[in-house]
Amino acid sequence: MLSKRLIACLDVRDGKLAKSVKFVDTKDIGDPVEKAREYYDDGLDELVFYDITASSDRRRIMLDVVEKVAEQVFIPLSVGGGIRTVQDATDLRLAGAEKINVNSAAVQRPALIAECAEAIGNQNVVLSMDILRVDKSETCPSGYEIVINGGRTRMGMDALAWALEGERLGAGELVVNSIDADGTREGYEINLTRMLAEAVRIPVIASGGAGRPEHLAQVLTEGKADAALVASMVHYGDYTCSGLKGYLHEHGVKMRMSW
Amino acid sequence: MTLIIDYDAGNLRSVQRACAEVGLNARISNEASAVARADRIIFPGVGAAGSAMRSLQANGLDKALLDAFKAGVPVLGICLGMQISLSHSEENDTTTLGLIDGEVRRFRLDDPALKIPHMGWNEVRLVKPHPVLAKVQPGDEFYFVHAYYPAPAERSAVYAQATYESTFCCALGRDNYFGTQFHPEKSGRVGLELLACFAAWDGTLSPEVRDAQ
Repeated sequence: MLSKRLIACLDVRDGKLAKSVKFVDTKDIGDPVEKAREYYDDGLDELVFYDITASSDRRRIMLDVVEKVAEQVFIPLSVGGGIRTVQDATDLRLAGAEKINVNSAAVQRPALIAECAEAIGNQNVVLSMDILRVDKSETCPSGYEIVINGGRTRMGMDALAWALEGERLGAGELVVNSIDADGTREGYEINLTRMLAEAVRIPVIASGGAGRPEHLAQVLTEGKADAALVASMVHYGDYTCSGLKGYLHEHGVKMRMSW
Repeated sequence: MTLIIDYDAGNLRSVQRACAEVGLNARISNEASAVARADRIIFPGVGAAGSAMRSLQANGLDKALLDAFKAGVPVLGICLGMQISLSHSEENDTTTLGLIDGEVRRFRLDDPALKIPHMGWNEVRLVKPHPVLAKVQPGDEFYFVHAYYPAPAERSAVYAQATYESTFCCALGRDNYFGTQFHPEKSGRVGLELLACFAAWDGTLSPEVRDAQ
């Protein structure tokens, strides 16, 4: 039987690790290569790097980080942030990324998903969605709206419709990131995650809001997510990857327990 | 020299890096002449069977690979590289190399909650021993990403199985050829150990292993 996955997300700015709270006020918390190695050794199932570098040489810096991580971490490695072209995607793949996360650029130009899927395979294209809870309306009948640019720009697009469109265009996986829950440590947005997980036939990764181990258990059972993404829970040493997996395992969630 | 066959089928450097980690210095090449000189071959790959076969044929790699197999060179197929070793794939209705008699089929799942591709970590259960699987322990999980799975015609070719709704073959072999559906290069310590076992394998099987059903 397939295990649920524990995924850690490392936000990288200028080659250093950062953690955002509600997408503002980022602060450095260490070296991404060291952190990646630490989590790998402690049983993490998959790693995501999100590049939030603003400078013009961002791509070179990120490629360098990915290369170094790929030399010593032998689990799937996913990279997102600022991917606008197939070339960006293939460069990151060559550097050692298994999967590519597209987000804002795909909202602005959906063909990017199909182009990346064609170039590197559907299973390696992850559609990452930042989602805001809104009142149900004609434009957003699901009650969830797509936002971009780190949560700053509302797009007037329905999140459920976009998830289905992303799947149709060739995305192999979805990251469902709740802007409302992100950084709160009060739990994932269960309703949103379950709605999307039930609607698509590709794996769904829940993101945003994890603060306690029971939040992960909840989103992987009730929320029907295939994977749970964590960040601050493990970055500041409050919890360990092995500890979280042990908790989930004890609570009946199928996890990979030997590594 | 260990050779990783390059036929435009994805992320070869991750395989190369994992080999380096276990002390196996592997070269990546798309030349048939390099395949002919190799004393160990890794045949990786993600992508689609149809385009992969065309790419192999365009470079004469299909023939070079079969010649290397006949010469007794240890060969490890991974994911699509393994699938191509069977005789036919449902993917693009492709005739493949035929090192192992059998077919590659698409998952047809009854449970609508199960996702395709089968992506993530799953337990690999040994059916019988093989030198490449020597370090695999009960409960060990490997990383899978695939929508198609191998169905060898002969039970004797099946070395390990995994379950995704139903049970399928996830490691197969014949003589000096061995193939895995999962990705050892992405499977952490257990994957690296498998690669180390392949690096140490001379391509022969003891009579007990060879004749076990």
